[in-house]
Amino acid sequence: MSGSAVAKSGMCRWFLRGPWEAGAMTLIGGGIVMLVQPWSIDLYSYSFVTILAGTVGYVIVSHFPE
Amino acid sequence: MTTILQPDDTMIPGVSEPAKSRATRRVRGLSDRTIAWLFVAPTIALLLAINIFPLVWMIRLSFTSLNLSMSYLPLRFVGLDNFTDILTDEDVWFRLQTTAQFVIWSVALQVVIGYGLALLINRQFRGHSFWTTIILLPMMLSPAVVGNFWTLLLQPQIGPFNYLISMFTGVPPSSFSMTGQVSLAPWTIVLVDTWMWAPYVMLICLAGLRSIPDYIYEAAEVDRASAWRQFWSITLPMTVPFLMLAVLFRAIENFKMFDMVNLLTSGGPGSTTELVSITLKRAAFEKWRTGYSSALAIILFVTVFGAANIYVKALNKVKQR
Repeated sequence: MSGSAVAKSGMCRWFLRGPWEAGAMTLIGGGIVMLVQPWSIDLYSYSFVTILAGTVGYVIVSHFPE
Repeated sequence: MTTILQPDDTMIPGVSEPAKSRATRRVRGLSDRTIAWLFVAPTIALLLAINIFPLVWMIRLSFTSLNLSMSYLPLRFVGLDNFTDILTDEDVWFRLQTTAQFVIWSVALQVVIGYGLALLINRQFRGHSFWTTIILLPMMLSPAVVGNFWTLLLQPQIGPFNYLISMFTGVPPSSFSMTGQVSLAPWTIVLVDTWMWAPYVMLICLAGLRSIPDYIYEAAEVDRASAWRQFWSITLPMTVPFLMLAVLFRAIENFKMFDMVNLLTSGGPGSTTELVSITLKRAAFEKWRTGYSSALAIILFVTVFGAANIYVKALNKVKQR
């Protein structure tokens, strides 16, 4: 196997859709809970950044191979 | 060289391929791809004009201090100040909590009632079609109409709703106001929304129930499974994707809910039923804080977009099971 093929398969192993998608969805869900929870205004303040990171991340990782 | 095309576009032997292609183009005028683009182009132009352009413009405005009541002032770029203001404002935070409570209670009630109605309507009985139509009626009304006639129904002096409650509880009809009391108003908007949209959930669940093949129930009968067991092992698992779909649509719609609540309570009494969409309307069209309200609209848009991604993914997973 050539060096570039090994590097490519290694990259593919790291950039699989499943775990990344799960991570992005956890970020979105966590962000929504942070946005509407009634306990901490600090959590509320960081909620939008969390949702945005999750949503942008989800759009990117949904193009990763299965 | 002359090119002769036969009716079925087969080439006469000895005639070159490029010559055939040129001739075909002359005969047909435009290629299929061009015609397809010509048909789609007006729709794309319309979408760009009424969806994409306002969105991009709103994103631009969210970084400015634009206030339409002082539009003579020069447009000032304020960076992320509007977002910081919103995300440190306790009032907006409370409005988001009110919205979340409204979404949770109304969607939960709609799912329970809608599913129950679907189970009832799924059985064949006398007047089945008539009752289905009657149940579906609220869903077909405009939210503005629903808001107005429920305002009349819930009127403390002349509204029949208070008289109905009075008949069962003995409380004088004019002693309470469903839309005017802090303890009752949030439940009123949940009640009206559930009344209007439970039929929609019923319709989706009914599609799910009708999609279950009869032979599965027949096999369960042969195995002497009880009705309760059939419900938990067959009916509910096979209708979960449809329930998820209903929850997705209703949660997103209720998060954006504006018209019906605005007509029923206008966010009152005080700000008890002020959903975040009403806060947005007040910031944009009462205080004229366009930059601030654009930033709030973007926060809501990203939230709904993110939630839709989760639900669609969950739905696909349940479907594959």
